[in-house]
Amino acid sequence: MSSKKKDYSLTTNDDRLTTASRDRLTTTSFVEAQFYTFAEPPDEMELESGERLGPITLAYETYGQLNQEKSNAILILHALTGDAHAAGFHKGDKAPGWWDNMIGPRKAFDTDKYFIICSNVIGGCKGSTGPSSINPKTDKSYGLEFPLVTIKDMVNAQVRLIDYLGIDKVLSVAGGSMGGMQVLQWVISYPERVRSAVPIATTAVHSPQQIAFNEVGRQAIMADPNWNDGNYYGRRLPVKGLSVARMVGHITYMSDESMNEKFGRRFRSEKQPFKFDASFEVEGYLQYRGDNFIKRFDPNSYLYVTKAIDYFDLSMDSGLQNLLKGIKTRFLIIAFKSDWLYPAYQSQEIARSCKRAGVEAIYCELNSTYGHDAFLVEIDEQTHLVTHFLNRVFEGV
Amino acid sequence: MNNNPISHDHKAILDLVSPSSSVLDLGCGTGDLLSLLVKEKNVKAQGIEIDDKAIFACVAKGLSVFHDDIDTGLPEYGDKSFDFVILNQSIQQVKRPDIVLREAMRVGRKVIVGIPNFTYITARIQIFFKGRVPITPSLPYEWHDTPNLHFLSLHDFSDYCEKRGIRIERVIYIGAEKRVKVFPNLLAQIGIFVISE
Repeated sequence: MSSKKKDYSLTTNDDRLTTASRDRLTTTSFVEAQFYTFAEPPDEMELESGERLGPITLAYETYGQLNQEKSNAILILHALTGDAHAAGFHKGDKAPGWWDNMIGPRKAFDTDKYFIICSNVIGGCKGSTGPSSINPKTDKSYGLEFPLVTIKDMVNAQVRLIDYLGIDKVLSVAGGSMGGMQVLQWVISYPERVRSAVPIATTAVHSPQQIAFNEVGRQAIMADPNWNDGNYYGRRLPVKGLSVARMVGHITYMSDESMNEKFGRRFRSEKQPFKFDASFEVEGYLQYRGDNFIKRFDPNSYLYVTKAIDYFDLSMDSGLQNLLKGIKTRFLIIAFKSDWLYPAYQSQEIARSCKRAGVEAIYCELNSTYGHDAFLVEIDEQTHLVTHFLNRVFEGV
Repeated sequence: MNNNPISHDHKAILDLVSPSSSVLDLGCGTGDLLSLLVKEKNVKAQGIEIDDKAIFACVAKGLSVFHDDIDTGLPEYGDKSFDFVILNQSIQQVKRPDIVLREAMRVGRKVIVGIPNFTYITARIQIFFKGRVPITPSLPYEWHDTPNLHFLSLHDFSDYCEKRGIRIERVIYIGAEKRVKVFPNLLAQIGIFVISE
């Protein structure tokens, strides 16, 4: 919990540079991304849209050891702007992976016990095939030539990776936000290959409010003249558009209370010129976050991945409860009271669907003030829940 | 896990629940009763609890628990989807006991209700002679920090069941040390009712 009440310039969800992390630099060996390429033409992967994509590369990282029975694998699924680097340190990096406080020896996802896998989604920009990758047909970046991908497509690609790693059944799939959507999709698409599922701060149906915020982000990117219909690779980048999209995102990840606590109405400097540059701390924070986002994220990926999220809807056809019928996967569903982007009622609805379908589920609504970000910062409670839940599932293997 | 001696009410409920049945515990607290039932009777257990800390304790015990307010009903459960629904020491704490009981009767074939007796002899003495709101082993709270919203006697509950056409299949009365056979409304601290439609 040490990362909670610090100056944003030092500690945020983007660059988690905590004292504890820095100490670990000397004690932990470095991790690095690996790559798996499949769906080489003419055997491209068919997407939900009917289009075909290939070859596909997935960037992934693993932590811990796969046991002999191959029964201890856990697949971690990342959120909108996450990547395969979930834990540990890359050589030369000062900040660890995005869920390092949950993954590691004696942590919630205990690498002494479990074999943890995390891969970058297709459509992403951190090593997996996405709009910034080279299209082998044109030898140029895909840009908007890249086909629309869905959460289901992301999962179908991950299955290929799990096959490649020789794992028949994973002990658990876990993730927050968009990661939670992939968790649900995994259970629905491959129920016999998932023993347990931990969807956190997520939904089975993307709501109009959630779509609306994503659309503001997309419009900001597309309104940037440098976006140039997605053809900006090797030119001036739509930095400002992506920055505004990120700013909107950050607002939705926090809560009224957490913003009050973090920034208040504090000014950035003693003198308070009445101008339109960032005078409040909160403005400075958002601009800093926004402007730096281009260093690690591709604007076209932001368009594609947010669209994949918006199309996510497991309530279609017969509804989630019917999709879940007869499924043996056990659920641990976690929501946060102050999360207004993915409000607890959406998680509760997932839990209720499990109950109606006769699927074993634990539902817990954690009392956090951190809004949607809580799944990245509320570590103690999540660790307690996940540790005991996984113990139970693992015992039953 | 839990090294405390099994309380009298838990022991009574353990006797009432049939082996390998399905059980829903409404207001399951830290899950002591449910885990006892799992261990001793191999029941398929499910709990609903409103308190965060209690939920954590349930998860640590390996129980399947749902963080929810039982006052809002049980819409996720079908009719008669459990062999037993348990409301042990929780019916007096809900806002609308009438609705909660009706929902419990809907989803359970049998409902086990444990009630702290407000007219236990010690309570009567405290009211009558001392002029104080009673504090007894089954009603241990001060007036200002009690989670209890409703106060009833064992007779009150029997009357209620009669009025609603609810069948009382069995009652176990528990006193200070052991089960009570005579004048239960006076001598029992707790009444455990098995009811059905």
